[in-house]
Amino acid sequence: MLNFRSPDVTPLVSLTNAGVRRNGRWLVRGVEFSIRRGEIVTLIGPNGSGKSTTAKTAIGVLKPDEGKVERVAGLKVGYVPQKLSIDWTLPLTVERLMTLTGPLKGREIEEALASTGMLHMAKAEVQHLSGGEFQRALLARAIARKPDLLVLDEPVQGVDFSGEIALYELIKQIRNRTGCGILLISHDLHIVMAETDTVVCLNGHVCCRGTPQAVSQSPEYLKLFGRRAAGALAVYSHHHDHTHLPDGRVLHADGSITESCFPGDGHHHHDEAENVHDHEPDCGCGHHTRLHGFDAAEKRDA
Amino acid sequence: MLDDFFIRALVAGIGIAMVAGPLGCFVIWRRMAYFGDTMAHSALLGVALSLLLELNLMVSVFLVASVVSMLLLFLQKRGALSTDALLGILSHSALSIGLVIVAFMTWVRIDLVGFLFGDILAVSEADIDIIWGGGILVIFALVYLWRPLLASTVNPELAEAEGLKPERARLFFMLLMALVIAIAMKIVGILLITSLLIIPAATARRFATSPEVMAVLASLIGALAVAGGLFGSLHWDTPSGPSIVVAALALFVLSLLPVGRLERASHTSYGGN
Repeated sequence: MLNFRSPDVTPLVSLTNAGVRRNGRWLVRGVEFSIRRGEIVTLIGPNGSGKSTTAKTAIGVLKPDEGKVERVAGLKVGYVPQKLSIDWTLPLTVERLMTLTGPLKGREIEEALASTGMLHMAKAEVQHLSGGEFQRALLARAIARKPDLLVLDEPVQGVDFSGEIALYELIKQIRNRTGCGILLISHDLHIVMAETDTVVCLNGHVCCRGTPQAVSQSPEYLKLFGRRAAGALAVYSHHHDHTHLPDGRVLHADGSITESCFPGDGHHHHDEAENVHDHEPDCGCGHHTRLHGFDAAEKRDA
Repeated sequence: MLDDFFIRALVAGIGIAMVAGPLGCFVIWRRMAYFGDTMAHSALLGVALSLLLELNLMVSVFLVASVVSMLLLFLQKRGALSTDALLGILSHSALSIGLVIVAFMTWVRIDLVGFLFGDILAVSEADIDIIWGGGILVIFALVYLWRPLLASTVNPELAEAEGLKPERARLFFMLLMALVIAIAMKIVGILLITSLLIIPAATARRFATSPEVMAVLASLIGALAVAGGLFGSLHWDTPSGPSIVVAALALFVLSLLPVGRLERASHTSYGGN
């Protein structure tokens, strides 16, 4: 059994140079990161960049075609997938959803539902829930089984801004209370959950990684999001040494262009320390405005 | 007074309805109606091969239906054609090959209509033993596989991530389908097996509050349809398969009537919580 309290340095999951290939094409390649107990890792990247693929590889749903994925023995995963549609023909109440993958005690179900504010909906059919309620029901289901690792694939999708803040608050509480590791996938390229320990930016490979900068330290963001939101959110500054061209080729900082982009091609200098840098909001790097597209931000980097 | 053959058909039919209920729920939840049809149609190929090679009929049908379902899984993985098109190809070619083989075997006389639409006169005591023995086996397997099957119906990746084995559950589900097709063929007939799976389950949906309740209700509704259909078949001298399907349809239509009120009532109770 895994112990919550002991300062366990063994990662729950670690990926080493992991890659997944489908139909002769690499979906993602050269991925390296690890998650320890109590740690929050956020994966960001544009659509089709391999975020979900990476998460699925980490928890063993997909097998890596190269590299290594190591999980501690007996790792208990709680998973909230990106897309989940439940057919109308399946009569499923929120309460029944909780014990979908394993038996639970009545008290455990109640606790999990109460902590996500869904206790009053226990008898409701899942097909009648709103987008935000459904996400909270799925989150309750995932935490009720007391996982060692919680994997949340875009948990804030279909949730409005204040709902997003509330959900991040909830995730933080879960982490603090249970000490589980959390792998979070975010649709937002620049704003991540404040508690995030490591941000990994993917685009078929690891483009950059680092720690986010608290929004509350920037007066501009405080004005934009408000004080409550600022506590939950953080800004992530990208630092790329290459640009993804529209045709799929990659332009590197040294001016060379390659067909693909992976650590073996010799163009990358992924040094974690180098990527941890502070920007002023008006530094012109293009990262701080969440309205900016990913491409725009990347091109300025190049 | 009821005749022996009729009692045999009734006992056999109710045995089939018991397993068809829960299995049919999964067919509906997983949107596999056409898949079930394809497996059932391949049963005629099984019939032809059993005559040609002098194998036991049910064993032969079970084997052919299993092989067809595995073939489909394999072709799906290759991904060259859509599942829809693959099902269409497999379904009708298996049926046609069966019919062609039967036509070639001039030395055997078979009651084709009996195989296609069911024949209550054809049920023997040995058949009842097989139906109930096989049926109990299927029920036990379903109880054992229930959680992985249900979880992977909701989301296979979720089931896999949380330590269940969705692929294995799916494989066993296919084999259970093949088994039910093999034992149900005599009563409902090859062309109508899927309706015995689907219609009672669809009828049960409107009254079900949980997957488990729906499975049990589907069994009971199926048994009722079998009894009603067989009485009709005896009374009007109609083929047993279509008569059972008509009875099931009548129950389905009946279930539509009061349901508006039921659903509204359950809605308001959510608000009161």
